Amino acid sequence: MNIWFFKLTVALYLLGTFKYLLFIILLRELLAKIAFISLSAGFVLHSITFILRYFEAGHIPVTNLHESLSFFAWAILGVYLAFYWRYRIKVLGPVVATLALILMIPAMALPKEILPLAPVLRSYWLPIHVVFAFLGNAVFALAFCTGIMYVIQEHQVKSKHIGAISRRLPSLGVLDEINYKALTFGFPLLTVGIITGSIWAQYAWGSYWSWDPKETWSLITWCLYAALLHQRLTVGWRGKKAAIMAIVGFFAILFTFLGVNLLLTGLHAYSNW
Amino acid sequence: MDLLVIGINHKTAPVEIRERVSFSGEELGRSLRKVLEHPEFTEDMILSTCNRVEIYATTRDPEMGIVALKNFLAEYHGVSLEEFEQSLYIHSGSGAVRHIFRVASSLDSMVVGEPQILGQIKEAHSLAVSHNTLGIVLHRLLHRAFHVAKKVRTQTKIGNSAVSISYAAVELAKKIFGTLEGKAVMLLGAGEMAELAAKHLVAVGAQRVIVVSRTYRRAVDLAMTFDGEAIEFDGFRESLKEMDIVISSTGAPHYILGPEDVVGVIKARKNKPMFFIDIAVPRDIDPGVNEIENVYVYDIDDLQEVVDANRDRREREARRAEEIVEEEVLKFYHWYTSLDLVPTIVSLKEKFEKIRRREMSKYVASFVRITEKERKSLEALTSAIVKKILHDPITFMKSPDLNTDTAEYVNAVRKLFRLDAEGGGQAKKQGRDEGV
Repeated sequence: MNIWFFKLTVALYLLGTFKYLLFIILLRELLAKIAFISLSAGFVLHSITFILRYFEAGHIPVTNLHESLSFFAWAILGVYLAFYWRYRIKVLGPVVATLALILMIPAMALPKEILPLAPVLRSYWLPIHVVFAFLGNAVFALAFCTGIMYVIQEHQVKSKHIGAISRRLPSLGVLDEINYKALTFGFPLLTVGIITGSIWAQYAWGSYWSWDPKETWSLITWCLYAALLHQRLTVGWRGKKAAIMAIVGFFAILFTFLGVNLLLTGLHAYSNW
Repeated sequence: MDLLVIGINHKTAPVEIRERVSFSGEELGRSLRKVLEHPEFTEDMILSTCNRVEIYATTRDPEMGIVALKNFLAEYHGVSLEEFEQSLYIHSGSGAVRHIFRVASSLDSMVVGEPQILGQIKEAHSLAVSHNTLGIVLHRLLHRAFHVAKKVRTQTKIGNSAVSISYAAVELAKKIFGTLEGKAVMLLGAGEMAELAAKHLVAVGAQRVIVVSRTYRRAVDLAMTFDGEAIEFDGFRESLKEMDIVISSTGAPHYILGPEDVVGVIKARKNKPMFFIDIAVPRDIDPGVNEIENVYVYDIDDLQEVVDANRDRREREARRAEEIVEEEVLKFYHWYTSLDLVPTIVSLKEKFEKIRRREMSKYVASFVRITEKERKSLEALTSAIVKKILHDPITFMKSPDLNTDTAEYVNAVRKLFRLDAEGGGQAKKQGRDEGV
C-alpha cells in the first residue's frame, strides 16, 4: 500500500518538476501554479506514504537507504513549503523540485521491502535523532539551492549581463536573507541532531562519541556551518562568500549522509542499503 | 455608416507641424461639438497629446468624411491644408479599429509599451462622454480598446522592463537589494538624470537622501525637494559608509573614488552591499571598484546597455501584442458589421419564424388527430400573426428619417430580441462578445 502511494508521489513530483521547468522557460504564471499544486499534492501523498509505512513497519521508516532518501526529499519539500509561505519565491520551486526528484529516483530503484529493525535501533531516540538531523539537512539543502542561485545572479549583476537569466532569478538581497535565515534555523537543528545522536550512542554503544566515520563527518559539517555563522555575525560575511559556504556545507552533508554509507564502513552501517 | 480616423503623430510629422494642429484642453469640448456640426458625422472623439493628434468619427459617407475632417483641421487651426496634408494618416473601417487598439496598447508609441497613452485616451473618452459626442459605435470601440490594452499588458511583458536610464538604475538596485525600503541614497553632484533616478528610488521606498555638491547652496535646495540633508563636497567620504546607493554625476575631470577608498568603506559597513550608479562623463568612479566584493558599479554605458536590451525585449513582446490586437479587431468588426440594417432584419425574422415553428410543432403534437387541412390553416394563421407583428418595427427601421440613428436602433433591436445571444444567421458568432 505505501509503495503504491510512493509511486504516486514520485509521479506528482515528476509532473511538478516538469511544469516548473517549463515555467522557467516560458514564464507563464499558470504553469508555476500547476507545478506548485502538483508538488504540494505530492507532499501530502508523501506524508501519507510515511504514515502508512510507519504502521506497517511498527517503527519510523528511516532505517534503510530507500527510506532515508525518501524522508530527506520529504523534509526538503516540507521546509521549502514553509519558506514559500514566507518568501513567495517562485523560482526556488524548480530547483527544490529537481533536487527532491533527484533523491526520489534512486529511492524508487532501491529495494523497498520492510526489514526487521536491527536491535540496536530499537529505541525512542531513533525518531528524535533522525528527525532533527534530517530537518537540519533539509534546511541546509534549501540554503544550497539559494546559494547556487546567488552565485549565478551575482555573476550576472557583476558582469553586467542583465538578461534572461538575471530576470528569472530573485534579487541578491532576498537570496542572501534566505541564506541567513536557513543558517539560523538549520544550525540549531543540526546541533540538536548531533547531540541527541551522541546521547543515544551512550545508551546503545556505551560511549558518547566513538569517532565512527559518520560522527566524524557530521562534526566536520557542523564546524563548517559554525564557521559560517560565526563569520556572518562577527565580520559580516555575506553574499557570495556565504553562498559558497552554503554550497560547500551541503556537499559535506551529502557525504555524511550518502558517502559514508556507500564508501566507508562504520557503526552507522545497518543494512546493505 | 463607416468608422474613420484621421491623424498625425510623431512618426509622420515633426513637433513643429504637430503643435500647429493640436487641441488644447480647454477648447477640446468645443472642438468636439464643432465636428458634429458637419452633417457628415454622427459621433466623434479627439485625442490630442504631445505625440499625436487624432480625430475619430463615424460618418455616413467615408469619402466625404475624410475631406470634411481634413478641412476641419485646417480651418479650425487656421493652417493651410497643404502644410500638413502629407503627414496625415487616414484609416477607415477595420483599419480604424486596428489603429485605436494599437494606440491604446502602446504599440504605436514612441517608447513601445509606455503606459501613459492609455490614460490619455481615457481622458479623451471621458471628455467626449461629457460633451455627449459619443454614440454606440465609438462608445463600444473605446471600451474594447481599454479591454485590449489591459489584455496586452497582462498577457505580454511589453511594459515590464525599464527603458530609460533612471528606471534601469532602479531596476538594478532592486536586483541587488531586493527591497529598497529604508535604503539610503547619496547624490554626488546634482544633474537632471541623477535627480530623476533619486526620485524614482524614493518612490519605491528609499528613505534617506543626502545631496553632495560643490556649490553648497545648490545641494541644500535639492536636498529640500527630497526632504534630505545636504553636505559639503569635502566631507562626503565620511558619510559613504552609511550609504547603500550612490548616484554620481559630478563634473570632475578624473575619478573621485577608487578601489582603495571603497574597500575601507565596505569593511566599515560589515560587507553590506553598495551600488554605485556613475552617470558622469568623464566617469567619477574607478571601474576597479566593481571588483570589490558586494560592490556593484554601473556607468552610463552599462545602464544604456540594459536599456537597449530591454527595448529589444519590448519589441519582441510587441509582436505577440499585435496578434492579440488582430484577434480583437476581428471580434469588434463582427459586431460592427452586424449593426447594418439588413442582417438585423433578417435575423429578427428568423427568430420569430423559429419561435412560431417551435410552438406550432408543440401544439400539433399535443393532438392525437389533426387533419392536414387543419394544420395548414394553423400555419397560415400563425404566419400571419408573426408578419403583422413584425410589420411596424421593420417599416420603422427602414424609414429614411431614421438615418442618423440607425445604429442605435439596430443595436436596441438586437438587444431587445436577444439576436446576439441565440440569434440566427450571421449574428450568431458575436454572442460571446456581447456585454462588455
